[in-house]
Amino acid sequence: MTAAWSLAARDLSVAIHGTPILRGVSFALPQGRILGLVGESGSGKSMTALACMGLLPRGAAATGTITAGPRDLTALSERGWLDVRGAEIGMIFQEPTTALNPVHTIGAQVAEGLRLRGTPRADANAVARDRLDRVGLSRVPLDRYPHELSGGQRQRVCIAMAIARRPRLLIADEPTTALDVTTQATILDLLRGLVADEGMALLLITHDLGVVAGMADDVAVMKDGAIVEAGPAPDVFRTAAHPYTRDLLAASRPAPRAPRAVPRDEPVLTARDVIRRYGALTAVDGVDLTLHRGESLGLVGESGCGKSTLTRALLGLEPVQGGAITLCGRPGGTAMTRADRARLSVVFQDPYGSFDPRWTVARLVAEPFHLTGRPRDWRDRVAASLDAVGLERDAMDRYPHQFSGGQRQRIAIARALVTEPDVVVLDEAVSALDVRVRARVLALLDDLQDRLGLSYLFISHDLTVVRAICDRVLVMRAGRIVERGGTEAVFARPRHDYTRALIAAAPRIPAEWVP
Amino acid sequence: MRAALGAGALVTAAVAAAALLSLIWTPHDVTSLDVAARMATPSGTHWLGTDHLGRDMASMLMAGARTSIAVALVAVGIGTLLGVPLGLWAAAHRGGWLDEVIMRGNDLIFAFPSLVIAILITAVFGPGAVNAIIAIGIFNVPVFARVARGGALPLWTLDYVMAARVAGKGAFLISAQHILPNVASLLIVQATIQFSLGILAEAALSYVGLGAQPPVPSWGRMLADSQTMIYSAPRLAILPGLAIVVTVLGLNLLGDGLRDWLDPRLRRARA
Repeated sequence: MTAAWSLAARDLSVAIHGTPILRGVSFALPQGRILGLVGESGSGKSMTALACMGLLPRGAAATGTITAGPRDLTALSERGWLDVRGAEIGMIFQEPTTALNPVHTIGAQVAEGLRLRGTPRADANAVARDRLDRVGLSRVPLDRYPHELSGGQRQRVCIAMAIARRPRLLIADEPTTALDVTTQATILDLLRGLVADEGMALLLITHDLGVVAGMADDVAVMKDGAIVEAGPAPDVFRTAAHPYTRDLLAASRPAPRAPRAVPRDEPVLTARDVIRRYGALTAVDGVDLTLHRGESLGLVGESGCGKSTLTRALLGLEPVQGGAITLCGRPGGTAMTRADRARLSVVFQDPYGSFDPRWTVARLVAEPFHLTGRPRDWRDRVAASLDAVGLERDAMDRYPHQFSGGQRQRIAIARALVTEPDVVVLDEAVSALDVRVRARVLALLDDLQDRLGLSYLFISHDLTVVRAICDRVLVMRAGRIVERGGTEAVFARPRHDYTRALIAAAPRIPAEWVP
Repeated sequence: MRAALGAGALVTAAVAAAALLSLIWTPHDVTSLDVAARMATPSGTHWLGTDHLGRDMASMLMAGARTSIAVALVAVGIGTLLGVPLGLWAAAHRGGWLDEVIMRGNDLIFAFPSLVIAILITAVFGPGAVNAIIAIGIFNVPVFARVARGGALPLWTLDYVMAARVAGKGAFLISAQHILPNVASLLIVQATIQFSLGILAEAALSYVGLGAQPPVPSWGRMLADSQTMIYSAPRLAILPGLAIVVTVLGLNLLGDGLRDWLDPRLRRARA
């Protein structure tokens, strides 16, 4: 192994059909180091990774140079790339579920790269076994299929595939974004260990500054296809010379909500001992919760903990097998009348899937009027609702695809407000947004609560966000509430082991790095 | 891709125009026999010649287009009107017993060779255009039901459907307002394909004498009538055969072109 190996991009620019995507990107990544590439969606960080793998989309034209060790990758033919991909550079992607082929065993998929290069089956399988052991799957047989594994295990298989031929560089594009926070921590540990033990270089692409702070030796901040700031991680965080870096840093660390004196005398949404079973599986197992008027209540938990099931039960979309739900003192859940339902609304996670693409914004926002009958002045009410979330009246006759992710989420909030509800359920409502957009939407939610006296049930896996907006918090695990209390009290002095584990696993920027 | 759409639309429009024109005007009356001028070769009076009974071929082809299109159109209409609601209904109750009943009922119809059953129906109820329409139409139902259900299933998991449910809308309203418009492009494409299959089926039934009855002209029966004269006057078989081939080809091109044109993912790739 030559010590001089490094990946270097010099003045790399990419245009797709004439539209510039990358503008003069330069960086150097020597072996044994981790470079964190951070930026918001559309900043060009994934395109940089694809350029390093020779996987640019059709119609893309690249200028500048990329070198991997002594090899110039810029002018490589497709045949030439075959010697680089897998052998010199391995890559893992965000979504392990779609990155693995569901009809092949994990052993065959890890061994595939070796078999293609003529390694005999027995040897390739031996290597696959060794690599799977290395990523911590020593007890998982080679003949398992992806669907038999958990999300974290699948991502480990993807890593094993990427390192099967011992590449010098591993590119990880949002490797933990689709994973739970405790799983994320173990995967990041694994990646860190691989770099240390095998002397690999790691190009870590992420939107999460907390992840970068905990992982990277060097950081490059990307915006609009260019690197605006780069350097050793502690320096970039401490000095944050570029205003954009400062914005990102500020938005990544929303201030914890100051304790407020919310009168807890008027419960608007309650659940008593709610049980929801699917056959033998008890998804929600005796949950109690009370949401008071004007209050924000956080519901935190990892995937599969039952928070989505509980949400559907509270919204009256699914029956419960036990317990009682009330809304403003009247029967809730599936027992709600149409008028009652109008007092409860919801904002979903995905700003792209939340709207029928064939409907105008006016019609979409007015849809909840189905519960109350459409008032004569419905267009004015829709306009008022859009105004409350900071959108102009002329948005009404446009279609959802004409808006950005953040604007769509505002439209979703406008739809939730149009019937003037008492309770708004925010189901991972800011999880899919970029941090700066997220900060603005959180500020909007805060402001709306003050003006309209709304009560929020805020469901999220993201502790930072919960801490920023919730007065009280419930921690859910395996269908049960394991801890409850004032947000600051729970974060400062978690009593349950699981809460402690969640808080410890959440990536954060070290306090001494913050200017 | 664009060329296929254009060519398909052009051929389909030409055939449809000929069929519509035949309602008010044909070069000659298709029911009048002129035995003296039988088997005439193409000329100024008879552009494409005459058949063994002295009927004008050009007029026969135009009127035959009318029969083909009418039968196929109504058959597709039956398939759409019954199949699409069934498919949407099944999708709204996905995984439930109603879904099972509807889809297994579809499988039952699929299990029979369609033309054999069509022959059976016309054999029992007598040959004729109306019975041919019913026979072809029934076999369109499961096709549309499957396409509608298949297109609807992924939509039911989307957040906007959840939002509609929170807004108090039931399965019927959601299917009508959200699901149907979003599967419409799939259904339009399927309809053009079923339309061409309907024209083929009508020709096949007429060929064996179970479709439209004389004196109503039909491309299939023109083929059957001319097959004994295929050596003496190949023109009589080639012309209606060509009409069938060109129409079906045109409709398939139109269907393929529409699918690419209506698919937003492909549209973006083109842009």
